Amino acid sequence: MNARQKRRLGLAVAVSVGVAAGVALMLYAFQQNLLYFYSPSQVAAGLVEPQTTFRLGGLVARDSVQQETGSMEVRFALTDGAHSLPVHYRGLLPDLFREGQGIVTLGKLNEAGVFVAQEVLAKHDENYMPPEVAEALTEAGRAPVGISW
Amino acid sequence: MFHRFTALSSPRRFYAIASAWLPWLSVLTALGFAVGLYWGLIVAPPDYQQGEAYRIIYVHVPSAWLSLMVYTVMAGAGLVALVWHVKLAEIAVYECAVLGAWFTALALGTGMLWGKPMWGTWWQWGDARMLSELILLFLYIGVLGLHNAFADSRKGARVAAVLALAGIVNIPIIHYSVEWWNTLHQGATVTRFDKPAAHSSMLWPLLFMGTMFILYFSTVLLARIRVRILEQEADRQWAEEVRRG
Repeated sequence: MNARQKRRLGLAVAVSVGVAAGVALMLYAFQQNLLYFYSPSQVAAGLVEPQTTFRLGGLVARDSVQQETGSMEVRFALTDGAHSLPVHYRGLLPDLFREGQGIVTLGKLNEAGVFVAQEVLAKHDENYMPPEVAEALTEAGRAPVGISW
Repeated sequence: MFHRFTALSSPRRFYAIASAWLPWLSVLTALGFAVGLYWGLIVAPPDYQQGEAYRIIYVHVPSAWLSLMVYTVMAGAGLVALVWHVKLAEIAVYECAVLGAWFTALALGTGMLWGKPMWGTWWQWGDARMLSELILLFLYIGVLGLHNAFADSRKGARVAAVLALAGIVNIPIIHYSVEWWNTLHQGATVTRFDKPAAHSSMLWPLLFMGTMFILYFSTVLLARIRVRILEQEADRQWAEEVRRG
């Protein structure tokens, strides 16, 4: 490698490292804004300003879904294991919505501390398995749904 | 070793080697895709939650892997082009950008098709994974644009190589976006330190398809570089001889 090539290599490395450092600082500064949703624990910790519309994500708590037949209204609790929040939603639910499923909702907290959702999205986890395997897991007491996400 | 490597960077030598390999690579890729698609779309079992709809991963996940891998190859070629002014590397940057942009578009498109029925939405601007992958597409398009923006094509190649190198910072961001931030997009199923979170009957065809995508990329990249070499060396005697057959 001659001197000119060494200089160019130095320059190329410097530019790449400089850009990477700049982006890293920027991401660090905007970390909160890059959160797609807040968990019930983050809401409990007061990370969300009151009266703002935000996304709340968590698992649909077991035995919490109340839906009257023939009604679009549904009430359920959203939990992350440590904290949970009551959610009230009126509208169509995605196919993957079920108890124990991870979901992300958009809405705001009302005075009573109930999260009034205007949108409900299902979050799929990274686990893929055939139905027989899922059944076997459930029988063994290791629920396959929403283990980690 | 290094000498054999530098000999490869001679366009003429590269042309000869690419011409010898291409027929074999093409046949292997075609056969591999037939096997992989049959394995993934027909033999592999349905998913316990998503049923048959999950099968889009056999195209979506390999395209997304390749969108990242091709970028890394492109940035590597960009470094060689910048430091050593190797013509072949300049060509490789451009052709990688073309292919990488297509893999990225395919990953985004198939992801949207899957997202609508499963999540309930085509697209979420606030999702770090989706946004960083979209930025990847813009980076590829930017490299292509810069490459063509100069009357002196070799100068354009070097400016594009700078962007390719600077943009490499986006690659770890895409990969780790699902861990660093809360995203709607699920975490990694295969490329993680734990054991993969897909059942082996679904995992093997996925890994096989991934390998076939790499094979496809290598084949098409060779073919494209080969044509580009002939175009750029058109006034050389060896190229003249090749054209005459």
